[in-house]
Amino acid sequence: MGFLGLFSKSSPGTNVAKLPSGSFTIDRTGRIVASTLPRAFDEKLTQEIGNIVLEMFLKAQTVNLPLREVFIHYAGLKITARELRGGAMIFLAPLKTG
Amino acid sequence: MPERPKILILDDEQDLLELYRDLLSKLPSQPEVFTANSGARALALLNSEKCSLLLTDLNMPGMDGFQVLTIVRRRFPSLRTVVMTSLVDEQIRARAYAMGIDLYLEKPSGQEEVQLFVDCIESLLEREETGGFRGVQSKSLVDLIQLECLSQSSSVLKITNKSVEARIWIQDGDVIDASVGELTGEAAFKVILGWKTGNFEMLAADPKRERTIMSSYQGLLLDTAQAIDESQATEVSAAGEPSVAEGGTASPLGAVSRCKGVEFALSVDIADKSKMDAWGVENPAALAEWTLGLMHKLHALGEKLKAGQLVKVEGMGSQSNLGFLSRPDRELCVGLRRNMSQSEIAASLSEVGTKWVS
Repeated sequence: MGFLGLFSKSSPGTNVAKLPSGSFTIDRTGRIVASTLPRAFDEKLTQEIGNIVLEMFLKAQTVNLPLREVFIHYAGLKITARELRGGAMIFLAPLKTG
Repeated sequence: MPERPKILILDDEQDLLELYRDLLSKLPSQPEVFTANSGARALALLNSEKCSLLLTDLNMPGMDGFQVLTIVRRRFPSLRTVVMTSLVDEQIRARAYAMGIDLYLEKPSGQEEVQLFVDCIESLLEREETGGFRGVQSKSLVDLIQLECLSQSSSVLKITNKSVEARIWIQDGDVIDASVGELTGEAAFKVILGWKTGNFEMLAADPKRERTIMSSYQGLLLDTAQAIDESQATEVSAAGEPSVAEGGTASPLGAVSRCKGVEFALSVDIADKSKMDAWGVENPAALAEWTLGLMHKLHALGEKLKAGQLVKVEGMGSQSNLGFLSRPDRELCVGLRRNMSQSEIAASLSEVGTKWVS
């Protein structure tokens, strides 16, 4: 049983079941204007994702490497962000396992 | 295995860059072709890669072709340069040749012109292999000195090899002195004659120069023949220029730079942003700071989301695509060609990751 238990453990740090799925739009001032993310998902985290993405687009411009779309790959989640006139549309998609 | 020549093409029009890249990568000498869409990017690449040839447009926003050529002449004097422009103006052509370019070409328009253009570039690359001093084709430095001495001339021969400058004083057909760095006299003369390539310039005679070399020029040339053989294998290490390692790449990111589509790369130490390796990067300090800040925030976000380890970040841009990778001690940012699809970017980043980690 102890041996089989090794296989039943999920990979550490990846909690796929709780990861959010959906999208949201953030404007250039950092205000979230629309969201299809589950209500249970912490709004502060949504805001933090949005802020990081906005800053990424902005800083990319300051180093003369403007970006229009980014893909952030975590072991259990993919974040896709498209630049929208200073704001961004952001998609969160948990990765399927197995 | 002979080293492939490296060509750098500078043009602000991305579509043209890609066209030239396709054309020139098919040359018989199979050159490695690098592209830059700005003067600053071109200079950064030249610092990282030992290129044989620079093809540059003249009319560009920001730093124009003449500005680039001025810097290149000073920092990379042995680099062959070709101007490729749509400007048809005799004055501009004369100005470009006065700056020491090898060829002034109009941008090819028809099939025949394209073939001519390709042949010209291949011919220049072939000449690179045989060495020789710029300005007098297939004349060695020995020939130049003999020519001056036989004609009983008085002149000062200024020779530049990379960023090292040397002078040989000739008075009434005799070599009277030479200098390179801190060396003077016969010792300097022997070092200079050991150089395989460089630029030369004839300056006005300097009759006040004190004579330190007493041997005849024939004896001197015979004595130094042995020194030439010995020094042929030894490249002059140019002070102030980055030392280019085996394979012509100065940066430890050499292996990464050879991955498909990579235009520039920078890796930075997580604990100390001043510890960085850069290849072909225009503004390494700013890019390092951004990379560190961004990756730090994304790692922290991953932990808050419980989304697992940050694997990679891809960015699609209007000038370059970007990729970011992480190692426990360093972060990496690579610039990838603009025209790559997302799947090509993923494949390239995977290759970059393997080489960088190993």
